Amino acid sequence: MTTHQIQLPAIEVQDLEKSYKELHVLRGVTFDVAPGRIFALLGSNGAGKTTIVRISSTLLRPDAGTASVNGFDVATQPVKVRESISLTGQFTAVDEILTGRENLVLVAKLRHLLDPGHVADTLLARFKLAEAASRKVSTYSGGMRRRLDIAMSLIGQPRVIFLDEPTTGLDPEARIEVWRVIKDLAHQGTTVLLTTQYLDEAEQLADRIAILHQGRIIANGTLAELKQLLPPAKVEYVEKQPSLEDIFLALVGNDGKDEATKDQP
Amino acid sequence: MSKYFFADTGVLLGRSMRHITRSLDTIITTAITPIALMLLFVYVFGGAIKTGAGNYVNYLLPGIMLIAIASGIAYTALRLFNDLNSGIFERFHSMPIARSSVLWAHVLTSLVSNGLTLVIIVVVALVMGFRTSAGPLAWLAVAGILALFTLALTWIAVLAALSAKSVDGASGFSYPLIFLPFISSAFVPTSTMPGPVRVFAENQPVTSIVNTIQDLFAQRPAGSDIWVALAWCLGILILAYVLAMAAYRRRIA
Repeated sequence: MTTHQIQLPAIEVQDLEKSYKELHVLRGVTFDVAPGRIFALLGSNGAGKTTIVRISSTLLRPDAGTASVNGFDVATQPVKVRESISLTGQFTAVDEILTGRENLVLVAKLRHLLDPGHVADTLLARFKLAEAASRKVSTYSGGMRRRLDIAMSLIGQPRVIFLDEPTTGLDPEARIEVWRVIKDLAHQGTTVLLTTQYLDEAEQLADRIAILHQGRIIANGTLAELKQLLPPAKVEYVEKQPSLEDIFLALVGNDGKDEATKDQP
Repeated sequence: MSKYFFADTGVLLGRSMRHITRSLDTIITTAITPIALMLLFVYVFGGAIKTGAGNYVNYLLPGIMLIAIASGIAYTALRLFNDLNSGIFERFHSMPIARSSVLWAHVLTSLVSNGLTLVIIVVVALVMGFRTSAGPLAWLAVAGILALFTLALTWIAVLAALSAKSVDGASGFSYPLIFLPFISSAFVPTSTMPGPVRVFAENQPVTSIVNTIQDLFAQRPAGSDIWVALAWCLGILILAYVLAMAAYRRRIA
């Protein structure tokens, strides 16, 4: 990276509050995310993760508090925010009736890029969808749909990407595939805000993790910092059994645990 | 209005037109029921109906076209409802595009697809003996009135899609609209109806629109009907648009 000046946070959220009638979803949420980092919002269903993502991506107005992305306030400069971000929602937002390639071309055209076809082909190759490019998305598997969904989000090279539960409902292989994509993104300087209910996902990916519980952030730090919140580790001897995931991946012959994929651009 | 409004609307119009060309059954379905009605009324009931005019197909066609539009807009509501609930609407809204183009693309798609359905119906009517001496100007006036009627009903469809909780709700609203032409001058002259029914039939929007189109096709002066028809269409259009935009604003940030 070439920028060495003082870096403003890529995402800054301050005292965010949001209620739906009697239900207080957010009760004062504050956090910020440094540029080029992966930040995980960890919480169970209904903790308010999606609400934070929707507010930060200009889809929902907060009752109180502010949020800014890439230095732009979501309430007063929503257009600037939308130019800086990309959202991959909780449910894959792809057009089932169009083909994979047509979906990518559609987004490239809406982002007013010069060569939508070229953009689409590059992403199809990168996300291993080239073979399925001219098939209707309704024939895709869950993993392929999610890959296409994320590929659509990368068009136009947004500075900040919101991923709302990107691996929910995916099989282990597809999940590792998505993790690899997310790591690549951060590698290239994109800021990633990720929500998840899977502890291992946050552990695997995130530079910082915030735990959201009942509309408040109850812990926020690196994995090492969070570990220090608990009493020091005791040394215990446990027979190492392979996890079911290890067995599954060994049997289907995927070396997904191998993270040596740095050769990608 | 964003500088990309027309470009974005064009791209999104292309998208939903592709939806239609990939499921041609929607156009055929919307055309087939009105055509079946037309066959039924011309060849089964027609012999017993006295309209005063010689050619019953000529008399019937305007009402059949309105029924086709009323059933066609159910698909507009369905397409919008699916977009709203599949996450793709939010994807578009989180992008740097002209936001209103998402809604307008659906509205234009409705106009184009209903237009295609109407062309099919007119072709079938010609085969069945529909004849008109109407010149280009009269045809233009017919097309204009039908487009205005489609636009008005389309905004009702938008309102339904934005406020519906289920797929059934999003498309079910069109049934009363499909029924309306039956209690109008579309199939039989209103003068044959008993008192209260006749009062309703003569004062509901469909009758004035049907009369106007019948007059235009027959090269008769349309008289006051055309103004009543335009007033109904514009009134419904404005009311539906205002309500739909209010529902839209409630729905989005």
